[in-house]
Amino acid sequence: MSKPAAAATTPAAKQPTPAAKQPAPAAGPHVAPQPLPVQRSKPGLPPDVAAISASNSSLKAFLHALPAVDPVGLEARVAVLGTRSIKKDSKLQLIDLAISMVDLTTLEGADTEGKVRNLCRKALLPDPDYPDTPRTAAICVYPDMVRTAATTLAGSGIRVASVATAFPAGRSSLEVKLADIALALEAGADEIDMVIDRGAFLSGNYAKVFEEITAAKKACGQTVLKVILETGELGTYDGVRRASWLALLAGADFIKTSTGKVSPAATLPVTYLMLQAVRNWHDMTGQRRSVKAAGGIRTTKDAIKYLVMVNEVAGASWLDPDYFRFGASGVVNDLIMQRRTQKEGHYSGPGYVTVD
Amino acid sequence: MELHYASAPENASIARLASRYQMFVDGKFIDGQGPDLESTNPATGKPLAAVSSASAADVDTAVAAARRAYENVWSAMPGAERGKYLFRIARGIAERARELAVLETLDNGKPIRETRDFDVPNAAQHFFYYAGWADKIQHAGFGSRPGALGVAAQVIPWNFPLLMAAWKLAPALAAGNTVVIKPAETTSLSILILAEIIADAGLPAGVVNILPGAGDIGAALVEHDGVDKVAFTGSTAVGKKIQHSLAGTHKKLTLELGGKGANIVFADAAQDQAVEGVVNGIFFNQGQVCCAGSRLLVQESIAEEFLDRLKTRAAALRVGDPLDKNTDVGAINSAAQLTKITELCAAGSNEGAGRWTSPAMLPEQGFFVAPTIFTDATASMRISREEIFGPVLAVSTFRTPDEAVAKANNTPYGLSAGVWTEKGSRAMGVAAGLKAGVVWDNTFNKFDPTAAFGGYGESGFGREGGPSGLAAYLNTDDEGVL
Repeated sequence: MSKPAAAATTPAAKQPTPAAKQPAPAAGPHVAPQPLPVQRSKPGLPPDVAAISASNSSLKAFLHALPAVDPVGLEARVAVLGTRSIKKDSKLQLIDLAISMVDLTTLEGADTEGKVRNLCRKALLPDPDYPDTPRTAAICVYPDMVRTAATTLAGSGIRVASVATAFPAGRSSLEVKLADIALALEAGADEIDMVIDRGAFLSGNYAKVFEEITAAKKACGQTVLKVILETGELGTYDGVRRASWLALLAGADFIKTSTGKVSPAATLPVTYLMLQAVRNWHDMTGQRRSVKAAGGIRTTKDAIKYLVMVNEVAGASWLDPDYFRFGASGVVNDLIMQRRTQKEGHYSGPGYVTVD
Repeated sequence: MELHYASAPENASIARLASRYQMFVDGKFIDGQGPDLESTNPATGKPLAAVSSASAADVDTAVAAARRAYENVWSAMPGAERGKYLFRIARGIAERARELAVLETLDNGKPIRETRDFDVPNAAQHFFYYAGWADKIQHAGFGSRPGALGVAAQVIPWNFPLLMAAWKLAPALAAGNTVVIKPAETTSLSILILAEIIADAGLPAGVVNILPGAGDIGAALVEHDGVDKVAFTGSTAVGKKIQHSLAGTHKKLTLELGGKGANIVFADAAQDQAVEGVVNGIFFNQGQVCCAGSRLLVQESIAEEFLDRLKTRAAALRVGDPLDKNTDVGAINSAAQLTKITELCAAGSNEGAGRWTSPAMLPEQGFFVAPTIFTDATASMRISREEIFGPVLAVSTFRTPDEAVAKANNTPYGLSAGVWTEKGSRAMGVAAGLKAGVVWDNTFNKFDPTAAFGGYGESGFGREGGPSGLAAYLNTDDEGVL
């Protein structure tokens, strides 16, 4: 990474820009593509793709040549997708799917073991009146709460995710960030949610962001790594597209919108771009990566809009908790209320839904 | 997981469909002396309602009513008072928006998403916009003593029945003219609901007269000695006939005719949004839009990749029941139009263009065409030259900006064009070279009452929308003003 001069002789120099035909990494509007077989193991990167990250200049050349995003057009497209009408059986199906995709989250300074245990029980039994309600995908906590969560959830199949790497700002040294990851892993985390160095990204030091993600991935080994782009701090949609590709190149299993500590958190247009990126990544490399939309998703209506977008942008085979997640706390109760409405034919009050 | 969107049909009964509709003349709903027209639901091919139509004698009656209303009431009324009526009509459209949207979808075949979100709200906006102009004409740069022309004869097409009525009526009335208007023979219903709104608004009798009928009534109307102004939107062939017949008369004329708009996509465009824009440009309203982006010019260096994306996107368009809120592409307006589209598509295949057709399942009944893209459509092919007025895109490539402009301008038409590039200087430079009345930059098919719309060459002359749209209905000192 430290020898940009050598780039002229590496395959990276021959790497065409995204506008050219090979390896066609450009993000495209893959609406309602063909379903793909579910694929758990990952093939290696094609050599021409691996070469993109040879140096900061080759990374910059690649990321800056990605097709631009027109904000007006993107938001108009997303608005149309938001008007898809989902009713009856499709709605119930999507509510269940959405619950099973939630990383039930508590990330507060006031978190206690008691609070985390309560949240774990909520994940295990979201609606006591309807035990057939799906469990959430994971619990998401700070590293020092991982052991409590892991103990409470042991054997349940619900995963324990931990934020790490000096979450949420990420303003610390790589050593501290890796130590943070090690703490979470030792306590039994199944998934690590790291943050990127937005300062480095915004100053054009893509290699630094890349190296931190690869170091984190190495530390994680087989543990799932989610890379938080914090799109609310990236400023432009072009920045979101570049950060998505950067994280994918560096080995992120998930690209995740937000920490939830910055406003705006997840939005539909930002998630649209990230879904496009994973879809195009798959077309280019054969690898299937995942997306997590976190923060700001509060209602069933919101969640369904996201799932329609997953279906039409990434494809129906991404409608799976392994490939799409919601980072949220409040949305589960709205999903449960709507689920009861679908089952009972009338609305019930929030008093029937357990707070946690 | 396979996700199925449940069908979400809008309730047809909201249209409050009557079995028969009457003409609107001199403030009254009356039977015409012409034979009844039959309106068809293009989505089923089945009859929807009967519409009483006009005879030549009815044209005389309507023009005389419009003349009386002009001389006795409307021309003498202060602009502020005229404006109040227009505001009332605008509110009336907004209040009955849902009914109008469903009725328009039933009668025209376009998706409810478009009538609900585009046609009807835009129609109301045109009345709101020109209502505000009615009392501001005297000192707004229309010359020293701008005045109304008198009786305006207006003939409108079937592709946006209600919206075209609003485009024509609102500026004419704001400027102080009275109107006799003829809707297209296949789509008379929404304008006759607009007649109810006009009647409810208490507009003085004879200010607006609506005469359903076929082409012969349109001809009788525009050639009538009692009219002072003719405004026509429709085909270039009919527009030419009208211009011939009006030569040597005092009548002021504006024509909004056909088009063969080019969408130019440069390699440095925001490609995903360009794909959306191209899709919107040609598949909006089933391509039955005079300003449709029916030719795609894409820079050769990105052509292959761009077309792959375009086809993927177009394949996802949901074709079917226009009343379903999830439908993207509805029915073609008439069997005759369907035949014309089919014939031109066959010509494209015969002339050697590469044909791609969306795999979308089409309903078994009704008039439907799957979205179609012809690649390698050279400039000499009929599909590149003739207005198809259907969901059919002709694609060719270019190498340089100059070549793109030359190809885009290589048509007798000149109504619309689109430029897709992230480079501002390129967008401005290319737009300046395009001979088209409307050039959209990084968007397409955007309409606003405040913006002038109209064509070059065989796409017609005169402008609708904005202050220029008002000038088309005024006597001004200087024809070049605005």
